[in-house]
Amino acid sequence: MIFAGVSCAILVTMVLAIARAIKGPTVYDRLLAVNMFGTKTALLLAVIAFLFGRADFLDLALAYALINLVGVLAVLEFFQNRIDANGDASGD
Amino acid sequence: MIEWLLIVVDIVSWILLIIGSICVLIGGIGVLRMPDFYSRIHAASLTDTMATLALFSGMILQAGFSLAAAKLFAIMLFLLLTGPTATYALANSALLSGHKPKAAVLEKKVE
Amino acid sequence: MQPRRSQCLPSPQRGAATPANLFIFLVVLVLAWLLWSGIYKPVVLGLGVFSCLLTLFLARRMVFFAQSSELLSMIRRLPGYWLLLVKDIIVSSWNVTKIVLAPKLVIQPTMVDTDGAKLGEMGQTILGNSITLSPGTVTLDIDDGRLLVHCLLKKDAMALKQDDIVDRIKALES
Repeated sequence: MIFAGVSCAILVTMVLAIARAIKGPTVYDRLLAVNMFGTKTALLLAVIAFLFGRADFLDLALAYALINLVGVLAVLEFFQNRIDANGDASGD
Repeated sequence: MIEWLLIVVDIVSWILLIIGSICVLIGGIGVLRMPDFYSRIHAASLTDTMATLALFSGMILQAGFSLAAAKLFAIMLFLLLTGPTATYALANSALLSGHKPKAAVLEKKVE
Repeated sequence: MQPRRSQCLPSPQRGAATPANLFIFLVVLVLAWLLWSGIYKPVVLGLGVFSCLLTLFLARRMVFFAQSSELLSMIRRLPGYWLLLVKDIIVSSWNVTKIVLAPKLVIQPTMVDTDGAKLGEMGQTILGNSITLSPGTVTLDIDDGRLLVHCLLKKDAMALKQDDIVDRIKALES
């Protein structure tokens, strides 16, 4: 079934995003990877809704998209303040 | 006639889903391959926009006229409207905190 | 850093919320709630009414309605703009795909200054988001109508200098 293939592709990309998040080197690279991981989670949930034929997974997909946006913005705000206070440019 | 139409819709949606998964994979590879932070954003934005567009259009075609299609469209719209906001916040705070991009600056066009 | 950030916020006194705008927003909220809920018991409906009104109040407090009449006036022309944007996204995705999959990574990171001063606040937001949305170009900073854009290829930077997209959004705004 095609949806199984699509979800495999998304899972592989999520693993690649985690690899980038571990590798680093700056805090922004990690945040970029985390943001990508979050949007891929929303996509994966929507695909799983079709894979298992359960329409209620679509609501979860929307909830994850919302949480991801708010979460990334909140973490960014935290790091922005910390870097402003320290005057630390590398952010690592 | 109707059966043919259904088959055509199926094929188009399969093509869209395959394009979407290829874009997702390429974005993942690009995020690992690109040399610095600002060029990695471009690879990530490939998965954020093109993959989202293709996958959700494919799924909407599979869903047909139903509540699921409306929800899928709403999720797609939400992801496409908020994705750039998150990316901009990320890039802007990287720039403001002194993470300078290694890039040539294009001169203004003389008019 | 602080004054720069506060410049992005709309001034609270400008653009009052008209009853018509409030009503349209409420209708959209109620429709979205009814679409998602699927359970129509009195308790749940009451919670829905409460959350819609709360959202309306919070949106008003966030000065959401400062831009709403501008948005309403351009909403008819928006689908046409989206179609053109999707075409752009497909073309630039293909370019980025070729770069990523090439055996030898050839990129020409270029920064370019785009002038969006002739657009309103809404137009500048749409311009910045459209640039970020198409792969290969990312808006790094918006300051006083000037957009700092990071491009993966020099070709994209040259295309941005042609002001094509700014004119398109100007047509959307008017």
